[in-house]
Amino acid sequence: MSLIKKLESYLYDDDSALDREIEHSLGEPSERMQREISPETFARREQQVDDLRHALLEEEHEQYLRMHQWSVTKGAKWLKRLYRAMAVCMLAVMGVFLLQTVVALPPFGAADNPYNNEVSQRYIEQGIPETGAINFVAGMILDYRAFDTFGESTVLFVAASSVLLLLKLGDHGKNEKPTQAMLEAEWDDRHYEPKNDEILQFAAKILVPVVLLYGIYVVLNGHLSPGGGFSGGAIMGAALILYLNAFGFEKTGRFFTFKLFRWATFLPLMTYAGLKSYSFFTGANHIDSGIPLGTPGAILSSGLILPLNICVGLIVMCTMYAFYTLFRKGGM
Amino acid sequence: MNSLFGIIVLSFLLVCAIATCLSRSLLASVVIFMAYSLLMSIVWILMQSPDLAITEAAVGAGVTSLLFFITLKKIHAIKPGEEDRHEPDQKA
Repeated sequence: MSLIKKLESYLYDDDSALDREIEHSLGEPSERMQREISPETFARREQQVDDLRHALLEEEHEQYLRMHQWSVTKGAKWLKRLYRAMAVCMLAVMGVFLLQTVVALPPFGAADNPYNNEVSQRYIEQGIPETGAINFVAGMILDYRAFDTFGESTVLFVAASSVLLLLKLGDHGKNEKPTQAMLEAEWDDRHYEPKNDEILQFAAKILVPVVLLYGIYVVLNGHLSPGGGFSGGAIMGAALILYLNAFGFEKTGRFFTFKLFRWATFLPLMTYAGLKSYSFFTGANHIDSGIPLGTPGAILSSGLILPLNICVGLIVMCTMYAFYTLFRKGGM
Repeated sequence: MNSLFGIIVLSFLLVCAIATCLSRSLLASVVIFMAYSLLMSIVWILMQSPDLAITEAAVGAGVTSLLFFITLKKIHAIKPGEEDRHEPDQKA
């Protein structure tokens, strides 16, 4: 570009270095210069400068196009290759680290592993006499560590609340007029989901009671056999979702309304907090609830674990079902 | 875990994990992820923690996949088939 500037100054500047030199040597005013440059010469020079400028600009544009072309064809290819190579390197490094960690782990189930310390020893030795639960995983999470489980239930409740805030459409009052968004969601739902699917309805008729019963069994036997509030609640929630898929919102809306959801998550959470509040108040270390533990193995045993399991089961069931309905339609 | 059955389950687990990442279709990814969860629950049983196995089967294979399916529907990654199309009811 400096060349163009020089040319322009040669063309337009009265006070160019050349003029000054001529003035200096001749001692004459610049009139002489102006007389010498006839309009034709001026036009010719202007043309020359213009041509040169155009040529330069064109060359620049061509260069730009070439570079652009390179960047979208070869450059992009190279970038992609680099990206892939870097990704593979990252994965390899991470894999090496993780594999080394796995190698450094103690062997699975060995007797002298670090986790076989006095804590698990005490749980195994004293778990059944202290909590009354044969399945002492349940004894651990709902008695020794009931505070943690309360926190987990609260986390689930808060997650459900935020999903509710984000996805719920309208208030679903009795006399409320549905909004445009609600109508659209309804249409979308009806558009995609097959209604009155005979096979699904028949399968659901047979399966839903069995699955619900199994979920209730898992919840109620949480202190006797594997399972407990969380898994049983998830199974019951899955049964409700299956029922909803087979029969649609009109059938489920009869018994599972938003009001029920509110109370069925709020009340168990409060019951849980109330039942264990004394234990929480004393620093979560007081496991004796005052309720007789009963014979280990009987259904009515192990103190508070059974009601706590029912609470957790209700919360989880309602939350799972509410997640599904909110994701699907934005309402119950 | 070192039995033949354990090794077979673990290798299927590995195949499922890789296939979930590499699958082009999102729907197929979710289905393979479901299979992964079921295999994982078998692994939990082999490692003698049936509590975790029940939860994994119910939450991992059941509810999580369902939520994924609805999300895919919401972002229109699953297209309705011709036979599924029908007009909305006038009542709605």
